Amino acid sequence: MKKQENKYVSTTNACKLCKPLGACLAFKGIEGAVPFLHGSQGCATYMRRYIISHFNEPMDIASSSLGEKHAVFGGAANLKKGLKNVCRKFSPSMIGVATTCLTETIGDDVPMILREYRSGIAQQGDPAPFLVNVSTPSYSGTHMEGFHEAVKAVVEQLAEGGEPLDFINLFPGFVSPADIRHLYEIVSDFSLECTILPDYSDTLDGPAMREYERIPQGGTPVSAIKEMGRALGSIEFGRNLKTMVTAGEFLKSRFGVVNRRIGTPIGLRETDAFFTALEEISGIPAPQKYMMERARLIDSFVDCHKYVFGKRAVVYGEEDLVTGLTSFLTEIGIQPVLCASGSKGGAFQESIKEVTEGILTDDPDVRDDADFYDIAIDVESMQPDIMVGHSKGYPLARKLGIPLIRVGFPIHDRIGGQRIVHIGYRGAQNLLDTIVNAIIEKKQDDSSVGYSYM
Amino acid sequence: MASAIFKEREKQVYLKGSRPFDLECEKESLAGAVSQRACVFCGSRVVLYPIADALHLVHGPVGCAVYTWDIRGALSSGPELHRLSFSTDLQEKDVIFGGEKKLYSALVELIDRHAPKAAFVYSTCIVGIIGDDLEAICRRVSEEKNIPVIPVQSEGFKGNKRAGYNAACRALFRLVGEGSTEGISPYSVNILGDFNLAGELWIIRDYFKRMGVQVVANITGDGRVDDIRRAHGAALNLVQCSGATMDLAVMMKEKYGTPVMRVSYFGIEDMAEALYGIARFFKEPSIMERTQQLVREELSALYPELQRYRKALSGKKAAIYVGGAFKAFSLVKAFRHLGMKVVMVGSQTGTQEDYRELEAITDDGTIIVDDSNPLELSAFLQEKEVDIFVGGVKERPIAYKLGVGFCDHNHERKEALEGFVGMLNFAKEVYSSVMSPVWRFVPKNSQGMLDGLSSHKEKILRCVS
Ligand code: SF4
Ligand code: SF4
Repeated sequence: MKKQENKYVSTTNACKLCKPLGACLAFKGIEGAVPFLHGSQGCATYMRRYIISHFNEPMDIASSSLGEKHAVFGGAANLKKGLKNVCRKFSPSMIGVATTCLTETIGDDVPMILREYRSGIAQQGDPAPFLVNVSTPSYSGTHMEGFHEAVKAVVEQLAEGGEPLDFINLFPGFVSPADIRHLYEIVSDFSLECTILPDYSDTLDGPAMREYERIPQGGTPVSAIKEMGRALGSIEFGRNLKTMVTAGEFLKSRFGVVNRRIGTPIGLRETDAFFTALEEISGIPAPQKYMMERARLIDSFVDCHKYVFGKRAVVYGEEDLVTGLTSFLTEIGIQPVLCASGSKGGAFQESIKEVTEGILTDDPDVRDDADFYDIAIDVESMQPDIMVGHSKGYPLARKLGIPLIRVGFPIHDRIGGQRIVHIGYRGAQNLLDTIVNAIIEKKQDDSSVGYSYM
Repeated sequence: MASAIFKEREKQVYLKGSRPFDLECEKESLAGAVSQRACVFCGSRVVLYPIADALHLVHGPVGCAVYTWDIRGALSSGPELHRLSFSTDLQEKDVIFGGEKKLYSALVELIDRHAPKAAFVYSTCIVGIIGDDLEAICRRVSEEKNIPVIPVQSEGFKGNKRAGYNAACRALFRLVGEGSTEGISPYSVNILGDFNLAGELWIIRDYFKRMGVQVVANITGDGRVDDIRRAHGAALNLVQCSGATMDLAVMMKEKYGTPVMRVSYFGIEDMAEALYGIARFFKEPSIMERTQQLVREELSALYPELQRYRKALSGKKAAIYVGGAFKAFSLVKAFRHLGMKVVMVGSQTGTQEDYRELEAITDDGTIIVDDSNPLELSAFLQEKEVDIFVGGVKERPIAYKLGVGFCDHNHERKEALEGFVGMLNFAKEVYSSVMSPVWRFVPKNSQGMLDGLSSHKEKILRCVS
């Protein structure tokens, strides 16, 4: 597999976001939690805006709003003041404090500041929320590292050991709210009890309300997180986590909770692996409902195969999403010609190889640390038929005159990004229909004949 | 409502008629209050962003650049370099050893690649800390590449958005005066502070053309570097609304004696007054005549249509929360035209003077607020039983969650709201939200339907003891 060295000094139209954004998303999936950025006001506001434009939900991120003097003398006082204000107005059960480039560079010792804050509160006798901190300087890592590190920080700082209890942990990574709901459904159909972390399926895809909720309902309860060290085992999604110490790995080394790492269940084979894992853990075969979904999916694979075979796709986004999508595209006979990600986890090449080996005859061009300039440069000669990724690829798809299949995050130019199901047989079915129809539609629109049947 | 307001912020909220006017503003945002404000960098970026043939390089970690990638609807009639997002994407080693070398190479690379007319280099928080010498690098590249390379001192933490406007104006001022002023009419203006969102500037330029007034430079919507360089040749600077470019006008007045006129292109009165003001300024009867005719024509086309909306919207209640307060004045008047009542108005960065004016033009009982946050805004919307909320993307989910209509009057808007036709579009926007049938199904209007809703609870499979 070719490895593309990054040829350019500057980044143009980045295909990644900054680290604290991922941390804020993860914190948002914890019941009663308020994400808090230690840094200048601007970062928090920008991230809120970015997240809101995808989910169409309120997204409060508190900030320590550092000004010039704090940047010089340290942000401890403002951080404490900010925490106090958040406690007073939001009564959170947890505050997730993520650092930003600024506070990392001035060298604020956040764990120490939080300890001081806690002991100050203890003296005053106020009830105190749990404080979790994560270090997220954007100059090392992307929003995905921020996400996983925040999940790990939560577990590391809250989970306790004890007698094993009858449930499993599930770390799905950055999937959609609809995906999380689907996961709950699957796991409960296996009669398993489970704690999913994080769970923003309600907090970032909530119902219409009569009253404004200061902290939206939903999320993984802190009490459940505390028990994660007593689970029967953990499942974590992501072939590209190899290079990281994840929450699942932490629980294994600290409390001996078995960790099963599988690919994000996108497409047939990766979903099979997930169901196999559940069958083994629960000791019961996959429920009929899912076997029917699977069988229907394969039936539709056959129905669709001619429309998609040999079509060429450019896939981009987070490494695990791209890996899952590539696995799926490969299964249905689409040739991924370029798999690109803005992150640089180190395992991407290998992961793509794992999911394409044995089916693909031509290896895709795999690039990490890529931006849309890198992607655009060679893409024309690759002659893709579709692009698959988030909405920031639209300018390129438009230039190429090919359909963009919108998946993942962010989707800023369509409605319903939070409701896309990517995972499971159902997700594969949804992706298949969307992709095939996009290809047919393109052909139909471009045709001078105007057929009204396929 | 009281419980939503932080104690430290009590003086930044004022209920008209409740006490003699006093409102604190221009303060740093309260830590932990989830302010809707952005940063200095944001201020600079939005002002300079629409200069379409310049390179805009954000010197810093990737986030600051990514979050400002093509987020505004500032249109260009020609080049579209401004729609790309360039960053030096600083990495750990740059932070430790300094980012100057990377900045230099990035600039050279990008200038060679895109051949821009000028380059702006924005500093972000982290650059302020590691202390890169932007000025020196820019000077060096400028000499080597023979185009203006201008540093924008926009470290995010050094003040708020207004400081960013100022930094942008200082950067622009370096360009002004460099070009030839040949062929500029004595009846000429610069348009400052319009960003050509949804092509609004083209509407305004058309009016000026019909009046016989030449436009020298659009600063900065649909902006071109060469126009800005000769902007000092114009007879008058028109500063629109938010005041983002006021500092530039002041600097130009001091150095070149260019007179300044503050205008707003929103709403009927303000739009007409802007045109008449310009005509009066030039003291040329034929311009005044043409202006009168223009306004007559536009209004006679507009009025009948507007009446239809007015009928439907009359008596509805509106809330306004915008970035700069100046725009709020026009909005208050525009709502009055539609027979609507403004019950809350606020801004992120208003000044004493702005709020005083707002106090003067609003009715008793109106809430006036500075640097607000979601908690307060949602409380105000509920307390005042608002029908439509005017704001930006961050305000939208607050309104929608509570079942309140919304109109985007911010930089992301895709509808032209300036000019006479803009008033009609605005009325349409408001109408199409307020009159939608969906509100009758939202919880506040459908008693009982959604009570006891507990979707999230069903999902938590494990009983947590
Ligand atoms: S400074 Fe860092 S944390 Fe803040 S927006 Fe920029 S990249 Fe993100
Ligand atoms: S780092 Fe500074 S400049 Fe960048 S977004 Fe945050 S506050 Fe603004």
